[in-house]
Amino acid sequence: MSDGRDRKERIDRGIKVRSDGLYAVSSLREMLYLSGPRILLIAGLLLLPLLLDPFPYWRRVINILCVYALLAIAFDFLANCIGLVCLGGSMFIGLGGYFAAVFNVHLHLPIYLSIPAAALAGAVVSTLLILPCLSLRGVYFAIVTLMYPLLFTRVIEAFDLLGGSNGITGLDSFPGSYLENYSILLVLLAVLFGLRRVLNDDIGLVMHAVKDNDQSVRASGIDVVRIKALAVFIASFIGCLGGAYLAHVYMWAGLSLFALDFSIIPIAAVTIGGGGILFGAVVGCLILVPLSEFLRFFGTFRIVLYCSVLTAFIVFKSEGLMPYCTRKYQQFERWADA
Amino acid sequence: MEILLFGIINSVTLSLTALGFTLVYGISRLPNFAHGALYVTSGYIVWLCVNSLGLNYLLAIVLGIVATAIIGALMYRLIILRIRGMQISEIIATYAIGLAIIEGLRWGGLRGSTFTLPSFLAGSIELGGIAVDNQRLFVLGSGVGVFAALGLFVKYTKTGLALKAIAQDERAAMMLGIDSDRKALVSFALGSGLSAFAAILILPLGSIVVETGYNVLIYSIAVSIIGGLGSWGGAIVASFIIGFAQILTEVFLSTQYQMVISLLAIIVTLLLKPSGIFGKQKELDDRV
Repeated sequence: MSDGRDRKERIDRGIKVRSDGLYAVSSLREMLYLSGPRILLIAGLLLLPLLLDPFPYWRRVINILCVYALLAIAFDFLANCIGLVCLGGSMFIGLGGYFAAVFNVHLHLPIYLSIPAAALAGAVVSTLLILPCLSLRGVYFAIVTLMYPLLFTRVIEAFDLLGGSNGITGLDSFPGSYLENYSILLVLLAVLFGLRRVLNDDIGLVMHAVKDNDQSVRASGIDVVRIKALAVFIASFIGCLGGAYLAHVYMWAGLSLFALDFSIIPIAAVTIGGGGILFGAVVGCLILVPLSEFLRFFGTFRIVLYCSVLTAFIVFKSEGLMPYCTRKYQQFERWADA
Repeated sequence: MEILLFGIINSVTLSLTALGFTLVYGISRLPNFAHGALYVTSGYIVWLCVNSLGLNYLLAIVLGIVATAIIGALMYRLIILRIRGMQISEIIATYAIGLAIIEGLRWGGLRGSTFTLPSFLAGSIELGGIAVDNQRLFVLGSGVGVFAALGLFVKYTKTGLALKAIAQDERAAMMLGIDSDRKALVSFALGSGLSAFAAILILPLGSIVVETGYNVLIYSIAVSIIGGLGSWGGAIVASFIIGFAQILTEVFLSTQYQMVISLLAIIVTLLLKPSGIFGKQKELDDRV
């Protein structure tokens, strides 16, 4: 066996093969095999606030975790399904947060209206801002999205707009802390499964095609720029929703909504969790965000840490954790003669 | 007159900082988002050499440039080489490295305005009734010098010609026996060294702050996009456009508009002529 010519062979587990076809409904075990991971995720997320009931601080971490997860899903969707790398996730958070603040404080919209309205307004504005570079391939999108958050920070600071460096205070808070937890958790789950459904639909196929070969999409008579704009709209809607929510949780919208953390943690989460499958983004956030709370003491050193881990994952384990676990779940390995 | 003079100086400064970025992109199609970080790093290395090790200033400068070039080369060899061709990973990796360097420096204590490099030439002279300090003139002179040297290097040396070949058509160059990966390594080292050179010339005019890293990156990118990504001539023309635009906004509006102007210029360029002023060569490649 050890003459150096052996190779590892991966074979689907029997239960996987059976549950792929009609036999999926044949027994409880097969059904559980299929739905187990999903139930684990949904139930785990929904039970989290109850389990953490004795720790109010960690219950607040759930909120920020969900916002990061939303951003990571948006990043993953853009990068691995359309091929647009967004380096400025904080732009969405900032726009959503500021819109929520304006709607709530200046226009006196109630909280349950201001958050969706802010998400919509933020998504429209970011799509319009990004539109010029959508007709181009390559690094332009990354560059432009990198610039916008920095630009917004400078402009708000310099011209003392929207409360300047003090920000806008006095937003309504959520009526209760459980409502605060569960509203964002449900939004996260809805976005996660909804977006997956979109990707499995026809439009998702076209989006993947835009990433792989945009010329052939064009040749099929589909407007590539429109598809890209639609994707950016969806992603920025998700991001702005998180931002608007966050502004209401903090009861404040300020310059720190454009902070670098909102740009880099989602990227790191997607890289660690595994790109292209949306769930990886959530798994990455579940790992990174609590870790980052433990490391709060280190300040900006955390960003160095994320970046190093991120680079290491890109270089050495570019598939990420989630695809790795999926493989282990579905296949077993054995040595075979080559 | 004042506008003209300072406009020229500002433009040359800009093109010096942008040169490293546009060179690497032009040769190996790698967007180096760590460009600004390397710029700040080189300044910090020189500062460390002068203030902590007590080295001669000239020696420290040479050391700083060489060290930054080596950092760039290592970055390419250890990380980017492994993910070459996967554009998403390239962007994320260089961005992450740049962020790690910048935020690491900030965490390591590079804060405030206490980090300054001495200028090479003290004093100032009068030019047509305007006082210009010698350092700025030195920047102007050496900027022109660097461009000339780079032009000669690309035209008359074997390595330079190989780099040019790779930039024009990588596959054909490989068929002629040019090792594309090795030349990309050279271009990365060269680009990093150039950004270090720019940093050492320009940083004595102010103090070393980490935020410069982001600004340098953004202005370099602005210049490269407007000039056409990867086009050197375009980069120089574009830095004159942005340089004068900046000076004009500074005089007639206020400094705070500078960044808005650069972004506006990028957007207008992308809308009107996406491949930049001189980016003819790859026009079809970039457009959808």
